[in-house]
Amino acid sequence: MSIINLLKIAFRALKRNKLRAFLTMLGIIIGVAAVIAMMAIGEGSKQSIRSSLSGMGSNMITIMPQSNEPGGVRLQGSSIQTLKLEDITAIKKLQSKNINGLSPVVSTNGQAIKGGYNWPTTITGVSPDYLNIRQLKLQDGILFSENDVKSFAKVCLLGKTVIDNLFPDGSNPIGQIIRFKNIPFQVIGVLVPKGQSNFGQDQDDIILAPYTTVQKRITATNYLQSIYASATTEASSAAATAEISEAIRESHRLTAAETDDFQVRTQAELISTISSTSSMLTVLLTAIAGISLFIGGIGIMNIMYVSVTERTREIGLRMSIGARGQDVLMQFLIEAILISITGGIIGVVLGVSSAYLISYFLNWPILIAESSIIISFVVCAITGVFFGYYPAKKASNLDPIDALRYE
Amino acid sequence: MEQKILDIHDLKREFVMGDQTVRALKGITFDIKAGEFITIMGSSGSGKTTLLNILGCLDKPTEGSYLLDGVDVKGLNRDELAGLRNTKIGFVFQAYNLLPRTSALENVELPLFYNKTITAEERKERAIKSLESVKLAERFDHTPSQLSGGQQQRVAIARALVNHPVMILADEATGNLDTRTSYEIMALMQELNAEGKTIVFVTHEPDIAAFSTRTIMLRDGKIQKDSINQNQRSAKEALANLPESDDY
Repeated sequence: MSIINLLKIAFRALKRNKLRAFLTMLGIIIGVAAVIAMMAIGEGSKQSIRSSLSGMGSNMITIMPQSNEPGGVRLQGSSIQTLKLEDITAIKKLQSKNINGLSPVVSTNGQAIKGGYNWPTTITGVSPDYLNIRQLKLQDGILFSENDVKSFAKVCLLGKTVIDNLFPDGSNPIGQIIRFKNIPFQVIGVLVPKGQSNFGQDQDDIILAPYTTVQKRITATNYLQSIYASATTEASSAAATAEISEAIRESHRLTAAETDDFQVRTQAELISTISSTSSMLTVLLTAIAGISLFIGGIGIMNIMYVSVTERTREIGLRMSIGARGQDVLMQFLIEAILISITGGIIGVVLGVSSAYLISYFLNWPILIAESSIIISFVVCAITGVFFGYYPAKKASNLDPIDALRYE
Repeated sequence: MEQKILDIHDLKREFVMGDQTVRALKGITFDIKAGEFITIMGSSGSGKTTLLNILGCLDKPTEGSYLLDGVDVKGLNRDELAGLRNTKIGFVFQAYNLLPRTSALENVELPLFYNKTITAEERKERAIKSLESVKLAERFDHTPSQLSGGQQQRVAIARALVNHPVMILADEATGNLDTRTSYEIMALMQELNAEGKTIVFVTHEPDIAAFSTRTIMLRDGKIQKDSINQNQRSAKEALANLPESDDY
């Protein structure tokens, strides 16, 4: 018996009972739609967290000072002055392929003044690499050069918040002189606004200046608050971290017995921590949706059982006019698969459209992975076979004589 | 010598029920030649149904031989029996057994779906021809609920004819019908028989048996009488002689 004939037979049988076929499908439709919508929401939020973290520089490596408990006294990280410019030199000396950017960070709070306006903000002393590491971009003007660093040049770059507060009349800040802790700085560039960070911090409330200028003219210190580096790729950040640790340990002359007096953190760690929380949520939601898909499958099994009992005479007739056991088996199996696959298709459409509706009305980020569609579709087909087989087997084992006389 | 469609020799069928053995058929021997119109009669418990099941290849004899169109049924498995039913036998049941909510045409097509060698066009063509031969060509798109009992049984007969069987096997085919409609069905059967179809008609009504060419009487699992019907009644004449219906 050809498969086309079987499909036709199964299709005609379903057509005779449209409402029941639809109600059976409903379980699958809701299950699949729920799985797809849940995965879209979960993946969407995960993706949005990832992308906003990557915006801070996904390959970024942060080196912070850390107490190695001299004399058993634990000190707060920022009060420790273990990071020095020598550490930068040591890392530079590595000429590692895994590191493509390195910048010291020296920052201090203070009042920025321009004419009659003033604004409390932070000045951060960095090297030109810093912009690449933090994925900052210039909107206007130019970046300070290595020469500016060497010559303690009093130049700076401003973030949007600072500009808004010091130049409320909207005049062009480039070339103007602002004062920070009474030191005049010439504005040579304007940064592209980045908005708030994930932690609610205003990323545009910054002034960037050469680190030498900040160290020498403002803070009058020779230690660094932190060092920022960037790995060549996200994958090489682990190797870069190891190399940096080794270089700093050497430059700090730490013996093998001593613990690090600094810590190296990668953005990748942070991303994985946060996205694992989000993954857990996705798994949870998908599991709940998966349960409803399973219940849909049981619905199919139930209906197929009822259908086999109800259509016992039909089965007897089919057998008496020449249907073999396997023809009957295939017919009922195909009916179950047709129900589950049709339900699956409708479910996919419904799931995708409800995900878009959610993102449209609630403004939630969504991401529909093809894999979620393929997986739920395959699960559907398997559900059809799995839950359809037993009733179909029962039908095919009927004795035609008994089946024909069944009341 | 006419071709033997059916050759039964010393056929026995026993059922084991718990520790008892019920002997439904106790050794039956007869044959049927092409073109015969046979009625098998008998009261309930005579083994009529058991014999019908065996003739229809739904059941196998415990002992004895049954050759259908030259094929020994005894050695066949379930699937081979199904194949035999599909190509050699046309069933007509008392309760019509049409698929509900399915057009007459699709009902008639049904047996051909289980025959791989027949294409979709051929299937439809043969189904239409079959419906024409039972004079229902006009109603091929009606579902069973839109047809009268007699018309439903004619659809069932068309379904039995569609696979060009060597034998039509009718099981109390007029049992659910009134006298007039029964005669109409018998007239159709006689017409088909006149065209050369072999018909085996199981009934318990002597009235119906009179339309056949030969009657086999069963009693307690044995053949009580096997007689050629000398004066076969014409169903058409019987129909004409029926008093006008006073329904209207």
